[in-house]
Amino acid sequence: MSKKLIIYIILTVGTILSLLPFYWMIATSLKTPIEAVQFPPTWYPTHPRPENYTEAWRTAPFGRYFLNTVFIALTTLVGVIITSALAAYAFARMKFKGREVLFTVFLGMMMVPMPVYIVPGYLILASFKWVDTYYALIIPWMVNVFSIFLLRQHFRLIPKALYDAATVDGCSELGFLWKIAMPLSKPAIATISIFSLLASWNSFIWPLVMTNRDTIRPVQVGLAYFIQEQSTNYTLLSAASTFVILPVVILFFFFQRQIIESHMKSGIKE
Amino acid sequence: MGKKNSFIRPILYLLPAIIIIAVFRFLPILYVMRVSLYKWGIGGAERLVGFGNYLRALSDSYFWQSLTNTIWYVIFVVPLCIFFSLLIALLLNSKIRALGFYRTTFFLPVVTSIVAISMIWKWVYHPKIGLANYILTLLRIPPQGWLSEWRGIFEIMTGRDLPSLLAGPSLALLSIVIMMIWKSIGYNMVIFLAGLQNIPRHYYEAAQVDGAGRFAVFKNITWPLLSSTTFYVLIMTTIISFQVFAPVWLMTGPPAGGPLGTTNVLVYYLYDTAFNYSSYGYASALSMILFLIILTLTIVQRRMVESRVYYE
Repeated sequence: MSKKLIIYIILTVGTILSLLPFYWMIATSLKTPIEAVQFPPTWYPTHPRPENYTEAWRTAPFGRYFLNTVFIALTTLVGVIITSALAAYAFARMKFKGREVLFTVFLGMMMVPMPVYIVPGYLILASFKWVDTYYALIIPWMVNVFSIFLLRQHFRLIPKALYDAATVDGCSELGFLWKIAMPLSKPAIATISIFSLLASWNSFIWPLVMTNRDTIRPVQVGLAYFIQEQSTNYTLLSAASTFVILPVVILFFFFQRQIIESHMKSGIKE
Repeated sequence: MGKKNSFIRPILYLLPAIIIIAVFRFLPILYVMRVSLYKWGIGGAERLVGFGNYLRALSDSYFWQSLTNTIWYVIFVVPLCIFFSLLIALLLNSKIRALGFYRTTFFLPVVTSIVAISMIWKWVYHPKIGLANYILTLLRIPPQGWLSEWRGIFEIMTGRDLPSLLAGPSLALLSIVIMMIWKSIGYNMVIFLAGLQNIPRHYYEAAQVDGAGRFAVFKNITWPLLSSTTFYVLIMTTIISFQVFAPVWLMTGPPAGGPLGTTNVLVYYLYDTAFNYSSYGYASALSMILFLIILTLTIVQRRMVESRVYYE
């Protein structure tokens, strides 16, 4: 029994360490500017000041940042699902010359680390006149090789008999893909959506490089510049950080099983 | 399916993916190789310098500093992260209550954005009024400079001047290391949990019959049967750690990479070279160097995976 107790103690200490920075952010976000810079600090705000939130929201165009991110995240997701479904279907169920070679080339692209793309990506997009446009933030990310790989695995499991039955009933190839293959691959599509939305919401280095205007900036880059400009205004910074992570945290609590299990699977897949 | 369709149809299905991959994944790699061979500024190519940019890196002390910092970062993050995430995974796997609660809390930092997290930790690390120093004073440990401390951690611990390599990473870099371990434990923990759940139960039952102790069970069953997971986590964490960038941009300086360049890591250095100095040629060469380092790690991983013996 005492062994169990030690386990619980270690886990509880770990939990506290995991949550403490979040608690500190929320506590600071509700303090008055004077209380925030007291030393020794107070553990909780003695005169809660929720106005920090409205003030932070007004100081920078956060509404616009949020809209930008939502727009970018959703269009990217639609793109990823369409391109992955079509490509995965071709790889899984069509026979053609060079299929394996092409698939290997696709997989090979996963080995290139993202930071390698920022310099050539910037130069190429600058020559397209795409810097500071939504195109630069959406179109390059509308294909995701991991998603193609995952859907291909699922499509391969669909029995041939189902396809034959559908085509006898006059179902076209595309119809089969959308009406039968995709609904049968819901777990894979959920995983793809989770990764795509999380990546869009949290992406930083690419939009940092590709945007200069406030009107186009996604929320993370907007927050980053806000942090730079308000460098010592920790109550406002904490309030802004809180509302920026809030949507993801809420989604995480609702879908935590799916999100954690998707990450688990992504590790086993390799 | 008609014969004339046998090639056209798959190509049509693949076309959207092929176009985007060709333009935004494949072309940039060829382009970065080309640009790396030129002196390339805001106006484009100025002149061909061959391997000049690569030679420049070899004699550039800032490059060596950034590479050293990156390697220090990797050396500290990878083993510590594996140790803590495996420890927590093992504890969570020992039939405890509220597993879901613990799993969720440890995973929370994984899904939250690096920008917000860097801000919180910078505030926690504040050298005068930060929470970290407050906790240290409660524990009767002298407060530290954290992100503003350029001295090497071994220098701080021994209290004497050491030559640069022996001095170790600066406390500023170690502050980033601590935060990034905190952020990534949850991810590796769930990978380890998945690995642990794949170990067949009968091994443990047999060990129980033989009356093996906890440590013996770990050493002789869990560790060897978990080796493929551990190896995966090791390589992936190493690859990801080599790409560290955001916390340096967000938490250090001004100028970022400071104090005294002790948090200047490879990706930050190539970003700085390209976007603050418009030296795209040299930045491309630095990108290629990063690519080659990570490619080598990836190939090592593939080789090891292929030659791996499965125990099942």
